[in-house]
Amino acid sequence: MSESVVLITQDGVRLDGRRIDELRPVKMQVGVLKNCSGSAYIEQGKTKILVAVQGPREAHPKHIALPGRAILRTRYHMAPFSTDERKSPAPSRREVELSKVIREALEPALFLEEYPKTVIDVFIEVLQADAGTRSAGITAASIALAEAGIPMRDLVTAVAVGKVGGKVVLDLNEAEDEHGEADMPIAMMPSLNKITLLQLNGRLTRQELEEGVNLVKKGIKELYSLQKQALRARFSGAQVEV
Amino acid sequence: MADLSTVEEFVPIQQKELLALLSTGVREDGRKFDEYRKVEIQTSIYEKANGSAMVKIGNTVAVAGVKAELGEPFPDTPNEGVLTVSLELLPHASPSFEPGPPDENAVEMSRIVDRGLRESKAIKTSELCVLPGKKVWVIYVDIYAMDHDGNIVDASGIAALAALLTAKIPEVKVEGEDVVLLESTKGIPMVERPVPVTVAKIGDYLVVDPSLSEENVADVRVTMTTLESGIVSSIQKSGSGTLEEPDVLKIYDLAYEKGKEIRSLLAKLG
Repeated sequence: MSESVVLITQDGVRLDGRRIDELRPVKMQVGVLKNCSGSAYIEQGKTKILVAVQGPREAHPKHIALPGRAILRTRYHMAPFSTDERKSPAPSRREVELSKVIREALEPALFLEEYPKTVIDVFIEVLQADAGTRSAGITAASIALAEAGIPMRDLVTAVAVGKVGGKVVLDLNEAEDEHGEADMPIAMMPSLNKITLLQLNGRLTRQELEEGVNLVKKGIKELYSLQKQALRARFSGAQVEV
Repeated sequence: MADLSTVEEFVPIQQKELLALLSTGVREDGRKFDEYRKVEIQTSIYEKANGSAMVKIGNTVAVAGVKAELGEPFPDTPNEGVLTVSLELLPHASPSFEPGPPDENAVEMSRIVDRGLRESKAIKTSELCVLPGKKVWVIYVDIYAMDHDGNIVDASGIAALAALLTAKIPEVKVEGEDVVLLESTKGIPMVERPVPVTVAKIGDYLVVDPSLSEENVADVRVTMTTLESGIVSSIQKSGSGTLEEPDVLKIYDLAYEKGKEIRSLLAKLG
């Protein structure tokens, strides 16, 4: 714990110059891969993630198929070169957990009952990790699913809030995540105003919890409009190549 | 025999029945929505472990064993002891648990318990340092879910905490580069008592400490770990349902209130 790092100044300016309620610069693109039903690429600060959707397709192995709906499978994975120290490519316990909570964050938005006996696979590959990878992964996965043409109740949009230098802030970067006091990723279906992912690592008071839930909505609103922009760009004829 | 209660096709029927009951203000087992089942805590049940505890929440049973070993610190925290938490869902506990590597549910639950202990900074890890950069106490907390009637997470978290609170590790004498273990023992330096409390959402109803049949039909479960001061040190939403915004604080208030009750049981352990 290096308590000496000043993560936020008296007048509320963060290490990278952002205010407490500002997102990092975000770039999103839909339809970046040719061999998938849907795909998306997102950059949020230095975090870079590529998402591919395959399916709906026949379930393999067959016995996992359900008669009444499609199965959603998600794989959150970090590339070995995505972190400062090489990450072993074998899935870690963290990746197993995140794959589960990400699936549960996306599932409520999908009309899975439209595709019985099939599987929809979502592959989230973190190419560079600089905090906020599960939330950026969800934000990108949801537009990739939309590109794949899977009917949805709403998009799913995610971002973290946290506590840094005693203040509740939006969208932590790596230094803030590492040295800050708390990290709380939240995903929502913005138009329906429903929370689909909620996690917290760190220490928050009741009031900070409340502040965090309020602050996160500002970030989600901004990201939601970027998601829609990216989808519109994809379907307005402007083809994007990687 | 297959356990039909977990077969997906039956869930809507069961949920409908349970919702009809909840709408009259009672739960299947007669509890109020904010009523926890009876919690029993027994400690020091295995002599060969440094600490151990068995926790029963109704018919759910979890056992935690603490083993302490001298080992190397992590390079980035040379002056701090190490905590390792793992949870195994024994096949004894449920026909749906199988031996072998932990599945995603086991991994998730064990990480919820781990985070609750770690993020609260419950253990003063600096006091577990023996020789800076070379030798520190590594505290292993291994949890076994032994009988599953819902809410394994809370049972596991409380068992882990009770085992840690009552564990004894040898005092040591450092002679140059050598570490000598003494006959006398001391406790593990615990500065917080993080208690996980799980709340399930079934339809629009929030119920605390879900039983197995409630868990099976719940849309969402949320586990919040709170401390005496009211600080929340970990949250996990689990399950494919959704939460309304006001649910977050409602769940916090339930978790803090119930956490207090459980903490007072732990205080009796001494």
